[in-house]
Amino acid sequence: MSASVPEYLAHRPASSFRRWTERENVFSWLLIGPPILFLIALVGYPFLYGIWLSLQDRPVAHAGKFVGLANFVADFHDPVFWKVAVNTFVYTFFATILKMVGGLALALTMNQDFRFKNAIRAMMLLPFIVPTVLSTIAWMWMLDPGFSVINWLLKYTGIADPGPSWLGNPYLAMMSLIIVNVWRGLPFYAITLLAGLQTISPDLYEAATIDGASAWQRFIHVTLPLLRPVIFIVTMFSVIFTFADFQLVYVLTRGGPANATHLFATYAFDIAMGGGQLGMGASVALAMLPPLALIIIAMSVYMKPNKS
Amino acid sequence: MSVERGGWKVRALKLWIPLGAFMLFTMFPFYWMAVTSIKPNSELYNRKIMPMIVYHPTLKHYVDLLTETNFLVWTWNTFLVATVSTAISLVFGTMLAYPLARMKFAGSALISFAIAATYLVPQPLLFIPLADIINQLHLGDTLTSVILTYPTLLVPFCAWLLMGYFRSVPVELEDAARIDGATRLQTMFKVFLPLCVPGFISAGIFAFTLSQNEFLYALIFLTQTDVRTVPVGAIAELVKGDVFYWGQLMAAALLGSVPVAVIYSFFVEHYVAGLTAGAVKQ
Repeated sequence: MSASVPEYLAHRPASSFRRWTERENVFSWLLIGPPILFLIALVGYPFLYGIWLSLQDRPVAHAGKFVGLANFVADFHDPVFWKVAVNTFVYTFFATILKMVGGLALALTMNQDFRFKNAIRAMMLLPFIVPTVLSTIAWMWMLDPGFSVINWLLKYTGIADPGPSWLGNPYLAMMSLIIVNVWRGLPFYAITLLAGLQTISPDLYEAATIDGASAWQRFIHVTLPLLRPVIFIVTMFSVIFTFADFQLVYVLTRGGPANATHLFATYAFDIAMGGGQLGMGASVALAMLPPLALIIIAMSVYMKPNKS
Repeated sequence: MSVERGGWKVRALKLWIPLGAFMLFTMFPFYWMAVTSIKPNSELYNRKIMPMIVYHPTLKHYVDLLTETNFLVWTWNTFLVATVSTAISLVFGTMLAYPLARMKFAGSALISFAIAATYLVPQPLLFIPLADIINQLHLGDTLTSVILTYPTLLVPFCAWLLMGYFRSVPVELEDAARIDGATRLQTMFKVFLPLCVPGFISAGIFAFTLSQNEFLYALIFLTQTDVRTVPVGAIAELVKGDVFYWGQLMAAALLGSVPVAVIYSFFVEHYVAGLTAGAVKQ
């Protein structure tokens, strides 16, 4: 018996401290403790502090004064706030739908055999990995009032002369933002849905074909149901980060013209950083939480696949 | 999928035309960035000539960008911040993911829920209180401010991704090590973690590109030119009031994108694995 025990173990006294740290519970918490403390300090605490700020009249660099729900009441009576809410919903809704439909179409297209597939897939993801601010600068130049290449194209092909002011017209500005958001986010949908498509067994399609299902029927009755869990998760991510988008709007329009493209995040930024009203700003940022939670709950109810 | 017949017309209609149209949409802004960055101002602001091509290419905008602005400093800052926060996030992510993937302990369900929730908290919800906290700690205009805050975005993601990866590694080797008398820490470091290098590359590359992309915290915390990152520097210093230095802006956008794109191109498969890990159960 003792001959089979390695030598280094034979002299090791099993101290009670060592035995304590070897317990699963203790070992786990020793590892988990530091990162959890870090997240509590820099996510949990700021979150609660944000709620506390939203209940104060708190100009930057001054002491705060507790005002209860006054900031939220002021938001409620602020027409710009409601404009911002509508903008955020419009932006999120259209960008998400376009990314979902376009991403699915692209994933189905990519799910065929063709040459250079890997290279094309790698290039396709570029909009998603290149820093957003930098690619948005390129879009800003493409939409420039004086030198827009899109307007040059419209003029050249005889469609419109002069072309529209993309970022100067409220509706076109919102549309431009949605298009740039789709440009950036669509690859994420496509690549993830493509990965989902590739997990679907070809046998299922064969069986459906033998049963006489058309290509459309195979899509509706085989592809979509099996893809639903992936679509759900991708859409949830996308909705959250589109709803809370900041960068695109900050770079392209700064919320203009006349607040037509302000979202919760950029409006909160303007109030808190531009206007120095930290309390008011925090209340606008927090206002995004209930609708976001509602959207996520609604999506869970309607889209979540039945667990088998 | 079975190969469908129908010849090149069907193939063009079902594959090459939609794919080509999409690639045009995807790649055009990059082409435009590159073309604009090498146009002299006389062509840049001339409405009479065909804008798609460059008649007299020049590197003037690049030279101006590198000599007249702090672009190199911003690039260095961006790299430093991205590298350090990625490293912190991988260490913390592993510390969270290993017990969650392998051990039974009190509170594990709560912890994994909390991590998922933290991952989904959007940044705009936290930036106002964080700005105040960073101010009170006198960390404004230091790289420490972003090195501390970026991991809050990256740790939950890394933990989540690594947890999935760790679960895919067979447990037998660890069992064998434990039976041979290795402590839990030895098992983790000498047996388990070396098996997980692909997972670390996926999480690391993803965290790295996310840190390069971050804008909101950098915009708020870094207001001095010598601590800025590339995205903030470009927006804040190449746009002066109503004057846009378009040539330099495009040069900065391109130069700022190239390092990320190059690193990404080496690890495309790992990146895609990380991207799809959360949504697709392998």
